[in-house]
Amino acid sequence: MTAKDPGTVDLFEQALDRRPVHGRSLYVDAWHRLKRNRAALVAAFILLAILLLVTIGPMLNGWDHEIPDWDNFSTPPSLETGHLMGTDALGRDLFERVMIGGRISLLVGVIATLVSLLIGVSYGAVAGYLGGRIDNWMMRAVDAIYALPFMFFVILLMVVFGRNIFLIFVAIGAVNWLDMARIVRGQTLSLKNKDFIEAARVSGATERQVIVRHIVPNLLGVVAVYVSLTIPQVILVESFLSFLGLGVQEPLTSWGALVNEGAQELETAPWSLLFPALFLAATLFAFNFLGDGLRDALDPRDR
Amino acid sequence: MLSYSLKRLGSAVPTLLILITVAFFLIRIAPGGPFDSEKALPPEIQANLEAKYQLDDPLVIQYFRYLGDILTLDFGPSFHYRDWTVNQLIAQGAPVSFTLGAIALVLAFVMGVTIGILAALRQNSLVDYLTMSVAMVGISIPNFVAAPLLILLFAIGLGWLPAGGWDGSIGRMVLPAVALSLPMVAYVARIMRGSMIEALHSSFIRTARAKGMPEREVILRHALKPALLPVISYLGPAAAAILTGSVVIERIFTIPGIGSHFVQGALNRDYTLVMGVVIFYGLLIILLNYLVDLLYAWLDPRIRYDR
Repeated sequence: MTAKDPGTVDLFEQALDRRPVHGRSLYVDAWHRLKRNRAALVAAFILLAILLLVTIGPMLNGWDHEIPDWDNFSTPPSLETGHLMGTDALGRDLFERVMIGGRISLLVGVIATLVSLLIGVSYGAVAGYLGGRIDNWMMRAVDAIYALPFMFFVILLMVVFGRNIFLIFVAIGAVNWLDMARIVRGQTLSLKNKDFIEAARVSGATERQVIVRHIVPNLLGVVAVYVSLTIPQVILVESFLSFLGLGVQEPLTSWGALVNEGAQELETAPWSLLFPALFLAATLFAFNFLGDGLRDALDPRDR
Repeated sequence: MLSYSLKRLGSAVPTLLILITVAFFLIRIAPGGPFDSEKALPPEIQANLEAKYQLDDPLVIQYFRYLGDILTLDFGPSFHYRDWTVNQLIAQGAPVSFTLGAIALVLAFVMGVTIGILAALRQNSLVDYLTMSVAMVGISIPNFVAAPLLILLFAIGLGWLPAGGWDGSIGRMVLPAVALSLPMVAYVARIMRGSMIEALHSSFIRTARAKGMPEREVILRHALKPALLPVISYLGPAAAAILTGSVVIERIFTIPGIGSHFVQGALNRDYTLVMGVVIFYGLLIILLNYLVDLLYAWLDPRIRYDR
């Protein structure tokens, strides 16, 4: 066997090739699993549709959310008048108001979640990373706050400090970070002592590399799941406050405020309840399904 | 068991302290006081009034006095309803709110547990998928949306039940209780289904079946008890959710309970009333959580709290 068989050479070269193996990363894996979950995909599609509608809907619609149509007070949905969802008791176009309200509701959901994310992740990561007595005390504080009647606290805040939208962001976010802190702390604590972290350190990875390449990506999945479950909660809290008249104030509006207005005109104008209620419920429904799907796809504990 | 219950009670104290402290200082930063009126009072009268209610003492002394008052369950006078104390307002609303809340809680657990068991026994069947999808819808519809929809359908549309008010009759309780319990039915059903499926897969169930025990007995005598444990641990959060939910439900159905006082107080900026209700509800929730924990420890022999 003096003549070299080209096929064998190829094999040898392949074997000697030191390119890193491209394994399927956590996220590729998760993406494949998410794609197979039809309910989650439908939920994501619904959310995208709502987001798109809320963003460009007001541009396509000719009416303003503040200026009444003097010819149509409390009229049912009709193509003739051009009010797709009818008008409210003050003659304002309901479609426009539902879209504007949706912007506010979604915005509150996202921003307040980011606030809680910021507080929760830093608190949890510090507690988990430091460990020991400090961790113990930090978590006890969380336990103590956890038992507080959170909704009443937010209401108290709104009553005392007046009703403005930035306070809503901060108030909801500041009270909602506890779960996040617990989850991140637990994850950090268990990651810190994992073999693959040790292995990375032994093979010469710097502390920075360990954090960026190993700890953060492993936290990200859990955080993403939790974010998708927190957003609907926050939207719900905001709607609850607005429903009580403590949230977003006129001329701005939100789905909760619209449901409140609709509930008062129940007998004469049921459409003014039905449309905002439909949008609110659909959004919460979709977020819950998407969150469930993400958890199934991303949560490493269930593997 | 005793040492556990004492320890657990001890951990409730800091929570209560935080609650009262934050509430107290929040009210103090709030603009406006109890004796502000459109016409400014002469300074001497203002000073006399403040002296009468001991508002002229240093803040720290006032704080500790307030703590003492709370310990004796005295929430002070209402700022808005001048002739009423907060205690009187709470005492007036409490029976109504408790009746409504208790009915809703029982309704939620009975229905949720039944649905959960049915879904678990027919896992992955049409019944299972259907009930669990409906449960997901139930969780996604907040009760302040469900309540007006129920009124629209059953009171205005069909005319079967009254749309609001409260006179202690069953007819007027049905709609608010159902609206209050709906999201909870869904939660309980989901928890129950999961834990029942888990219980049915455990080895002691296989043993019971292998002995030739009838399926009905297996489920009711062996699987039900361990499967109920997670549901019981949901009791605490459920009670909190009922209290929160009652705020909007009482408003929608114009029921004169604590919840409607709370909202009215919030809109009137009746600080003492709002604070009194927050602390009262906080106390209740902490107490309920404590009782649920004890119940749980008592029911589950595997849990040993005495460390």
